[in-house]
Amino acid sequence: MSVVLKTENLSKDFGTIRAVDNLCLELKQGTITALLGGNGAGKTTTLSMLLGLLSPSRGKISIFDYDFIKDRYPALKRMNFSSPYVDLPQRLTVRENLTVYAKLYGLKNIKNSVLEMIETFRLSEFADRRLRKLSAGQKTRVSLAKALINRPELLLLDEPTASLDPETVAWIRAFLKEYQEERKGTILLASHDMKEVEQLCENVLLLRRGKLVEEGSPKDLLQKYDRKTLEEVFLDVSRGNTE
Amino acid sequence: MTSESISRIQGLLLRYLYVLRSSWPRIVEISYWPTMQLIIWGFVSLHFGASQPEITASGILISVVLVWDSLFRSHVSYTLSFLEEMWSRNLGNLFVAPLRPWELMLALASISMIRTLIGMIPAALLAIPFFGVSVFDMGFPLLAFFFNLVFTGWAISQVVTGILIRYGLGAESLTWVIPFMIAPVSCIYYPLSTLPPWLQEVAQFIPTSYVFEGMRALVLDGQWRGDLLQKAFLLNCFYFVCGLCVFLFAFRSARKHGLLLQTGE
Repeated sequence: MSVVLKTENLSKDFGTIRAVDNLCLELKQGTITALLGGNGAGKTTTLSMLLGLLSPSRGKISIFDYDFIKDRYPALKRMNFSSPYVDLPQRLTVRENLTVYAKLYGLKNIKNSVLEMIETFRLSEFADRRLRKLSAGQKTRVSLAKALINRPELLLLDEPTASLDPETVAWIRAFLKEYQEERKGTILLASHDMKEVEQLCENVLLLRRGKLVEEGSPKDLLQKYDRKTLEEVFLDVSRGNTE
Repeated sequence: MTSESISRIQGLLLRYLYVLRSSWPRIVEISYWPTMQLIIWGFVSLHFGASQPEITASGILISVVLVWDSLFRSHVSYTLSFLEEMWSRNLGNLFVAPLRPWELMLALASISMIRTLIGMIPAALLAIPFFGVSVFDMGFPLLAFFFNLVFTGWAISQVVTGILIRYGLGAESLTWVIPFMIAPVSCIYYPLSTLPPWLQEVAQFIPTSYVFEGMRALVLDGQWRGDLLQKAFLLNCFYFVCGLCVFLFAFRSARKHGLLLQTGE
């Protein structure tokens, strides 16, 4: 499996605070990796650097073999992002939003791409409704449709199922699994939901105070810490009980 | 410019046109202020025209009001469109797309031009039947005055959007304030000679002062002063590049400080 994303000694300082500290990670094609950590562990900072929204203080980022820090644009065309904390324009309809983003990603057959996303994400019923009139679950589906409009090879997701009802959560998880298996998509997922991580991810990265303190498959981590759930492992690591 | 760049600029332009289309109060608001300005200054002009005709000769007062408003409208349209992205917390999504800052700026300039024309043309047309003043009588020079002022408006907008991207919505009020900083030395309603000598020196560095001196020369004396327009254009080019640098510097600073995801106050 080829490496899609690689960081070497990636660090970010905000004044005297080191938010991310010498992070080295690799994402292989067709895998789902979870980025875990408590509040302030450096998850959002890491994701922001991997998206080009934040410039690192030190280190290297390579995405699809491009030097992402020097020139991020060729890589950005092939990746996308979704977060419940970044909105899409609420005054625009679902269809309008998707059309705008299809153009921003330079797609050729815009009408068909938009239609495909509308159908895939079961948005037909309210495709011409403004976003502000949709429920939280519907908005999340629109946000994911936007994140997949350019058929990204790398998808970065920040808490994709936060504050959603169980039916929507189950649907999104099934969709992400399908995206990984059928399209060989690579996903990096920041989440607080340990069940989701156990269910979806082959690999887990645990951050504490900006440092990568643990890495492995959910199964390996459970064995290593002699715990029954990933939540217990997470608590051990967060509290510094790594011995 | 590549076809992908054109597609991204079109995409953003489409986004602003969708917003405009979705809200009739916004469309009304665009032409509301220029029309109000026209009506108020039209009556002021009629009032002075009776007692002091030299002030309002050849409809100069109405003409300068309309032309000055093109600067303000172009600036406000550019900046408000950028603010739309901040209000809707959409900047994060925009900048994870392969959108270059200069493509965003071109899209903002394009929507600014569209909104300015929507605002100005009805007011300029209304001035003909109501006050007997047609700015279109100026012919080609009107375009030169108009584009120079729009150009100044964009230069100001680049600085303001730079401040907004760096300092957030707390700096929103600067949108309305900054253009008026140059108004006293732009000599919109009075000739340059009215200013005290030290302010005349300052006005030499303000492109709009040349535009309005040139306009007075044309409307009042029938004299086309290409030299003034040339100076205005060169100064505008200089300020535009300065504005571009400020925006790019602010964008870089925002990336350094992680502000592109946190665009609130």
